[in-house]
Amino acid sequence: MTDLVEVRRGSYYDSVSLMQVSKAVRDVPGISAALVAMATDLNTDLLAGMGFTVNEAVGPNDMLVAFRGEHQAAIEAGRSALDDTLAALKAAGTAAGGFGDAPPPRTLGTAAARSGANLALISVPGANAFVEAMDAVTSGVSVVLFSDNVSVKQEIALKDAALAGDVLVMGPDCGTAVVAGVALGFANLVRPGSVGLVAATGTGAQQVMCLLDIAGVGMSHCLGVGGRDLSSAVGGRSTRQSLAALAADPSTESLFVVSKPPADDVLSAVQSYAATLGKPVHWAILGAGRPDLTAAVEAALATTPDGIPAWPQWLAEPPTEMSSEPKAKRTNGFLRGLFCGGTLADEAMIIASDQLGPIWSNIPLSPELALGPELRSDTHLVIDFGDDRLTRGRPHPMIDPSLRLERIAVEGDDPTCAVLLLDLVLGFGSHADPAEDLAAAIASARKAAAAGGRELPVVVSLIGVENDPQVLSRCARTLQAGGASVFVSNAQAARHALSLLAALSAQEETPDD
Amino acid sequence: MTDISTPASTTPSTPLRGLLTHEPSVVTAGVGLLADALRAQAAQVTEVDWRPPMAGTEADLARVMNDPRREAANAKAVSRLMSAGAELVDVRPAHECLGIEKGTFFHAGPPMDWEQASGPMRGALIGAMLYEGMADTPQQAETALASMGDTGGITLEPCHHHDTVGPMAGVVSPSMWMFELKDPVHGGTAYCSLNEGLGKVLRYGAYGAEVIDRLHWMSRVLGPLLQQAVRAHGPVDVKAIIAQMLQMGDEGHNRNRAGSLMALRDLLPSLITVDAPSSDIAEVVRFAGANEHFFLNLGMPASKLATDAARDIPGSTMVVAMARNGTDFGIQTSGTGDQWFTGPADTPVGLFLGNYGPEDANPDIGDSAIMETAGIGGFAMAAAPAIVRFVGGDVPLALRTTRTMYEITLGEHPAFQIPILEFRGTPTGIDVTRVVRTGILPQINTGMAGAVAGTGQVGAGLVNPPEQCFPAALAALAKAMPDGL
Repeated sequence: MTDLVEVRRGSYYDSVSLMQVSKAVRDVPGISAALVAMATDLNTDLLAGMGFTVNEAVGPNDMLVAFRGEHQAAIEAGRSALDDTLAALKAAGTAAGGFGDAPPPRTLGTAAARSGANLALISVPGANAFVEAMDAVTSGVSVVLFSDNVSVKQEIALKDAALAGDVLVMGPDCGTAVVAGVALGFANLVRPGSVGLVAATGTGAQQVMCLLDIAGVGMSHCLGVGGRDLSSAVGGRSTRQSLAALAADPSTESLFVVSKPPADDVLSAVQSYAATLGKPVHWAILGAGRPDLTAAVEAALATTPDGIPAWPQWLAEPPTEMSSEPKAKRTNGFLRGLFCGGTLADEAMIIASDQLGPIWSNIPLSPELALGPELRSDTHLVIDFGDDRLTRGRPHPMIDPSLRLERIAVEGDDPTCAVLLLDLVLGFGSHADPAEDLAAAIASARKAAAAGGRELPVVVSLIGVENDPQVLSRCARTLQAGGASVFVSNAQAARHALSLLAALSAQEETPDD
Repeated sequence: MTDISTPASTTPSTPLRGLLTHEPSVVTAGVGLLADALRAQAAQVTEVDWRPPMAGTEADLARVMNDPRREAANAKAVSRLMSAGAELVDVRPAHECLGIEKGTFFHAGPPMDWEQASGPMRGALIGAMLYEGMADTPQQAETALASMGDTGGITLEPCHHHDTVGPMAGVVSPSMWMFELKDPVHGGTAYCSLNEGLGKVLRYGAYGAEVIDRLHWMSRVLGPLLQQAVRAHGPVDVKAIIAQMLQMGDEGHNRNRAGSLMALRDLLPSLITVDAPSSDIAEVVRFAGANEHFFLNLGMPASKLATDAARDIPGSTMVVAMARNGTDFGIQTSGTGDQWFTGPADTPVGLFLGNYGPEDANPDIGDSAIMETAGIGGFAMAAAPAIVRFVGGDVPLALRTTRTMYEITLGEHPAFQIPILEFRGTPTGIDVTRVVRTGILPQINTGMAGAVAGTGQVGAGLVNPPEQCFPAALAALAKAMPDGL
C-alpha cells in the first residue's frame, strides 16, 4: 500500500465539487481510499479517521489531496484522474449552454395557466377524459371533448361545472366544432357567414354546414354539444348555453340546431327557450316523421334571396349494352349501408325503413334490430363503422378506412347484397385522400359482383365542400369513375339507393323472355 | 328620481368568457394529429405532454376531481400555507415547552416502533438514552429500547404529532432545548431542536462520547444563551430570512449557508450582551457560525407552521406533511386529517463523504421534507444551482427541477422568489391529484445517514417519495367525500 498526501494551496473548490472529484479518484482501479477536500476541521478529522497523516499546518483555504493505492501505478492513475476531473470542472463552466427550455406542461390546468388558452381539445382515452376536462373547466377554459366512453353522470357533472364557470363543454364524443374560424376535430372549410350551428351530432353538423355552403350561405360558428345533449338525462345543458352564446354573438344572425333523435320533452323545452332569444332558429332534428337534414336545410333556405339550389350529383354511367358478354342480372337482395358517420347512417335508416321496413344495424333504430358482434345478417342492414365499439383501440374510419374497405369487398362477393350505400366525409381531420382507395374498393366490389353474375349499384353520399383539402368535385369524379353515383345530400343518396332497389324488384317481377 | 336598480341580466354580455369573439388559443391533450390540424390552420396551440395516470387510479381520480369542494378547499389551503408567518419567539427545554416526560422520545417520520427502526434511528435513540442518563452504555440503552413494548416506560411518538419537526432521526428528549416559533397570522406554534452541526451527530445516528458531550454543552450553554438572546431581541422574523436566503444561493434544505449567517447576524447584538462568561458567548458564536445548517432547524418549524395552517380543510387534496423515519416515508393531506399514507423509504442518490458509498447509506430519513412540503428545498433548487452537483447534474437540471414542480403544485409563493426565473414564486402546495395524474414525484434534497447505528452522516443527495403514498392518499380522499358526491 502506498499513501499519497498533498496540500494544494490557493486552490478553492466548493465541497460538493470536491466530493465528485473524490469519487472520480476512488473509482480508479487500484485506489482503495481517496479524499480530496478543503482542509476544514471536519475534513482533517475525516482524513485522520481514514488513517492519513498531514505533516504541515493547513487551513480551510487549502485543498487536501490524499489517496491510498495498491501500487505506485495506481497512485499515478489516481493523480491523473484528479487532474482530469478538476480540469473538467473548470471547463464545465465555460461550456455551459444556457438554461434550457421549461419542460412541457403535463396537465390541462398547467398548460392553460401557462398559455392563457380559452379552449381545450381533449382526445385522451375515455377513462381519463373526465379528469382532464374537469381540470380545464375549473381553469375557466371551454372544452371540446373529442373522447368517447365518458359516462352520462360524468357528462352531467362536467356540464354543470361548466355552467357555473361560464364555459362550454362540447361533447363528449364531439367530433366537430368550429369556433371563431378554427376547426376542431372533423370540420369542413365552409365559407364564413352568419349562421350559427348548435350540433348534437358530428357528421350531421358537417352535412348541414356543407349544404349551406353549397347554397352560398356561410357559417359563424359550429358548437358541438355531444350526441347525448338532448337526451332526457342531460336535458340540453350545453345546447342552451350554446344558443345563448350565439344569440349574444354579433357575427351570428340566425341559429341552426342539428341533432340526432332527441328526447321529445327536452326538445320542446329547448325550443321554447330558443323562441325567447330574438334571433331566428332553424331545426334539423332527425327522427321518424320529421324532415330529413336536407329538407330542414331547404326549409331554412326557402326564405333566402337565392333560394334552394339543385344539389350537385354525379351519376354512375349506365351499364353498357354493347358488351358481348351476357348481361349481368340484378339479383333479388338487400340494401347494405356501410357508414362512417353515425348521424348519416341514422338518417339513411329512417328514410329507408319507410320503404323497406326493418333494417338491422349496430346502431339500430329500435333495440330488437341490433346486429350481433359479427355484424352479419341476410337482411337490409346498415353499419356505422364510427360507433364506439368499432373504434376502441383504432382510429375513426374517417381517418383509417381499412375496416370498411374490407367490408365493401365482402359485400361484393355476397349475392344477397343488391345495392351498396356508402358515405364519405371530407374536411379537416379526415383522411387526406380518401376517394382514391374508396373508388378502388367500389370498382373491385362491382367487378367481383359482375364475376358472380350480379350488377352491384353503389351510391355514395359525399359530405364536403370545394374548399376542403380533398376538394369535393375531384373526389366526386374519382368515385364516379369507380362506378358509384355520388350525392352531396345524404338523404338524396339514400333515396337514390332505394329507387335502385325498387327498380330491381320491378325487374324481378318482369318474367324472363 | 332615476331608478338605478336596473335588474342585472342573468346572461353576461359576452357569454362563455368571450369564447366566440376572441381568437381561439387552444390547449390539446391526446391525439397529436388533432394538434397538427390546428397548427395547419395557424391557430395558437399548446400541447400537453399527456401520459396515463399512476396505475389503478382512474376511478379515484374521477371521483376526487368531481368533488365540488376541491377547488375552493385547495385555494384556501395553499393561501393559508403561503400567508402563514414564522417568528422565533423563545428557546426552551423540551420538557418545559412540550411537556415531554422522561422515557418519551419523539422521532422523525410516521409512527414506528423499535423493531421497525433503522440503524440511524436506533443510534439516535441510544444516544438520547445515554444523554438523558437512562442508560450507562449503548448496550444497556439498546436492551431497554428493545424491550420497551414489554416493560413499558419508554414511548416513541412522531414529532409531527406534537407540533414538532426533527431533521434526520429527529429524536427529541426532555432535556433538549427547542426553538419555539409562532405564526402571528394563524396562531400556530412549532418546535425544533437546536442543530448540532455536521459529521458525527445524534441526528445522523451517532452516539459516541463526543456526540453526548456536545448535547450536554448545548443544553448547558447554547440553549440558555440563545434563550437570553432571543428574549432580549424579541421575535426574529424567520420567514423574512427564508425569503432572503433564496436570493443568496440557498434552497433551505441542503444549503443553509446564507440563512445561518443572517440568523446569527440578527441575534448577535443581543447574544454578546447576555449574562454569561465571554468565553461561553464566544463558543456559542463560533459554534453557530461554523455550522452551515444552523438555520435548518429554524426553517423546518417555519415550514411546519405554514403547512399546519393548511390542515384539516375538507375536500383539499394538498399535502401538508412529508416525513420519513428511516424505514417508511409518510405523507398527510389537508383533507384526510392525521392519517398517514406510507411506503418504504427510498435511498437518496448523491455524493458520499470520505470512503463511504451507496452501500453504507440508510434509506431516506427525517422530517426535513417539510421544506419541500412548504415549497422550498428541492422545489427551490433553481435558487441554489450549487447543489445540483450532488447528483452530478448541471445548472439546467436545477432549473428544470423547479420548473417541473410547478406541474404538481397549487400556487406560487409570493414571498419566496427565484431570481433566475425572473423572481417567480417557488412552486408551493403539492396537489395529490396532480402527482397521481402526472407521475411526477416531489423532488427532495436531503442528507444521507449511515445505515449502521453510530456511523453518522455519509453523504447528501436527492430523493423522491415512494410512488405508492399518493394513490393511497387519493383513495382516502375519494373515500372521505360525503355520500351523494
